Amino acid sequence: MRLERREHRPLWLMVGAPVLAIIAALALSGILIAIAGAPVFEAYRRILIGAFGSRLSATETLTRATPLMLTGLAAAVAFRARLWNIGAEGQFYLGAIAVAAFGSKLLAGLSGPILVPLLLVIGAMAGMVLILIPLWLRLRFSVDEVVTSLLMNFIAVLFVSMLIDGVLKDPMAFGWPQSQPVADHAMLPKLIARSRLHIGLVIAVVLAVVVYLIQSRTVFGMQSRAAGLNPQGAVFAGVPLGRTLVKVACLSGGLAGLAGAIEVMGVKGYVTTDLSPGFGYAGIVVAMLANLNPIGVVFAALFTAIMFVGADGMSRSLGIPTYIADVTVALSLLTMLVALFFTQYRIRR
Amino acid sequence: MSVLFDILASAGLWAAILRIATPLIFGTLGALLCERAGVLNLGIEGIMTFGAMIGWLSVYHGADLWTGLLVAAIAGGIFGVLHSVLTVTLGLSQHVAGLGVTLFASSFSYYVFRLIVPVAGTPPTIMPFQPIDVPVLSSLPFLGPALFTQTAPTYLAIVVALVMAYIIFRTPVGLAIGMTGENPHAAEAQGVDPMKVRYGAVIAGSALMAVGGAFLTLSAFNSFFPTMVQGRGWICIALVVFASWRPGRALFGALLFAFFDAFQLRLQTAVEGVPYQIFLMTPYILSIAALAVMARRARVPQALMQPYRRGER
Repeated sequence: MRLERREHRPLWLMVGAPVLAIIAALALSGILIAIAGAPVFEAYRRILIGAFGSRLSATETLTRATPLMLTGLAAAVAFRARLWNIGAEGQFYLGAIAVAAFGSKLLAGLSGPILVPLLLVIGAMAGMVLILIPLWLRLRFSVDEVVTSLLMNFIAVLFVSMLIDGVLKDPMAFGWPQSQPVADHAMLPKLIARSRLHIGLVIAVVLAVVVYLIQSRTVFGMQSRAAGLNPQGAVFAGVPLGRTLVKVACLSGGLAGLAGAIEVMGVKGYVTTDLSPGFGYAGIVVAMLANLNPIGVVFAALFTAIMFVGADGMSRSLGIPTYIADVTVALSLLTMLVALFFTQYRIRR
Repeated sequence: MSVLFDILASAGLWAAILRIATPLIFGTLGALLCERAGVLNLGIEGIMTFGAMIGWLSVYHGADLWTGLLVAAIAGGIFGVLHSVLTVTLGLSQHVAGLGVTLFASSFSYYVFRLIVPVAGTPPTIMPFQPIDVPVLSSLPFLGPALFTQTAPTYLAIVVALVMAYIIFRTPVGLAIGMTGENPHAAEAQGVDPMKVRYGAVIAGSALMAVGGAFLTLSAFNSFFPTMVQGRGWICIALVVFASWRPGRALFGALLFAFFDAFQLRLQTAVEGVPYQIFLMTPYILSIAALAVMARRARVPQALMQPYRRGER
């Protein structure tokens, strides 16, 4: 038996790969659910009910999918240029705390229609700043940005923890370390009344389309793809590699920072150090499940959100730890990698 | 200044260094072994987490402490097989596969832990490894309590570092590993099977990572809790670069790093008015600084992160 490179990739395989990967991941997690002594199909049925069963749970799933779309896009644009930005978690927190810093007192005098877009830009810029450090280290000292951007996550969360325990601490929070709330008129409008679903979902979906258009229709999009496919070749063809990577990093970090800003302005209103249940890391999975396609990211984020929200309800009724959602999502990354491999190779005897 | 001097002169600081360094020594050596054979193993953070969980769980269910370490090592080896299948057999991106292994191994650890140990106010504990007082030496003034009152796995870590240095630089196995990491095609021409060497190195390396994780629950602490590995795996990846892929320097790097960590911990209580988060940041900042200083100078294995496929360039 040996592996042979396919001469062309059949379309059904490209489209089917994520579906097969998710089915495989669900089957493998099913084994874990069975070992725990719960009925597997009943567990998955309850996950679906938990995610869609009522108006409340459906809006909750969409609310959860919003930051995942943005962190997924952040990873997708970076990975396409082979910029390994694993720091979306830290960029998310920096975007969140920037919004809390400027939106609670400093700029609260501005009127809503000016304040809201301004805060979103500030959040995005905070995320950009954080990814530019690992990128600078890579371009200047040839340091692998995977490890540095990962380590930045820990620094960013500690930095946020310092601020919400210090200058930005909410004195009304009974001593809990949490930031001062952003002004009421800085909050994003609700999409559906009496739910947590906010306009951020629309922003995320629109941005997915924008990123798709940038990647497929602009010179920068072409250059960033070239930088990922073959850096030496790209330089040879006249692509300014450093400048392209800086732009990619700004786009990626900006999206992750925006995710944090939107989560604060759309849902919480303030920042704590458990604002993100790993949105940054889950974004990597979302991007891979989408095969780095920005439109695919929207659907991959939905799948991930269904697992997380649905597992909460399933866990309450069947007693399976909610971590099963994290396991399934992580497994789907691994199965997706294997599925993608078989779109490129086939087994020959 | 006298504060700094007091901290440096306390035997507690020097005893803490070896204790803090131990998981880093195991983890760094494990990562180093994988990378010497040409495979970056970013699964380390998750593998350490799983080692910490399964080692603790074994002991909690009645196994003795050494069995706990062994179970962790075997589990780590199994994750090594997973990482090898993805990166060696299939030749997938080592970055993404490694992150996938980390995400899976850590969430799987939490799942298993939560399944077996229900939520409780105080987490259940075990009886961890006790310090061994080395006869005569431990009664030396100052040096005795600092160096010779550690738990057994700490001494094991130092032995493993020396053995690995010997294997890598002095044995045919070490030569085969080095060749595979530098130029797998040339290695194959010499009758070495690069696939087998990479499998072996990644499995053994992952086992060491898991033992490093298990040290946390079986010696440094006595219970398991989620996120307890706290980025130590990523720090190990940085230490490998700092050590320039040499086991001796890895040992030195881990000790140096642990020195700064132990020092900042004591500084936290001695210095007032500085937020404690600043001190907690230092290990991560130091790791990044070490990478920036060493990345250009270090001699990277030439075939690191390059998949090997027979008959394909």
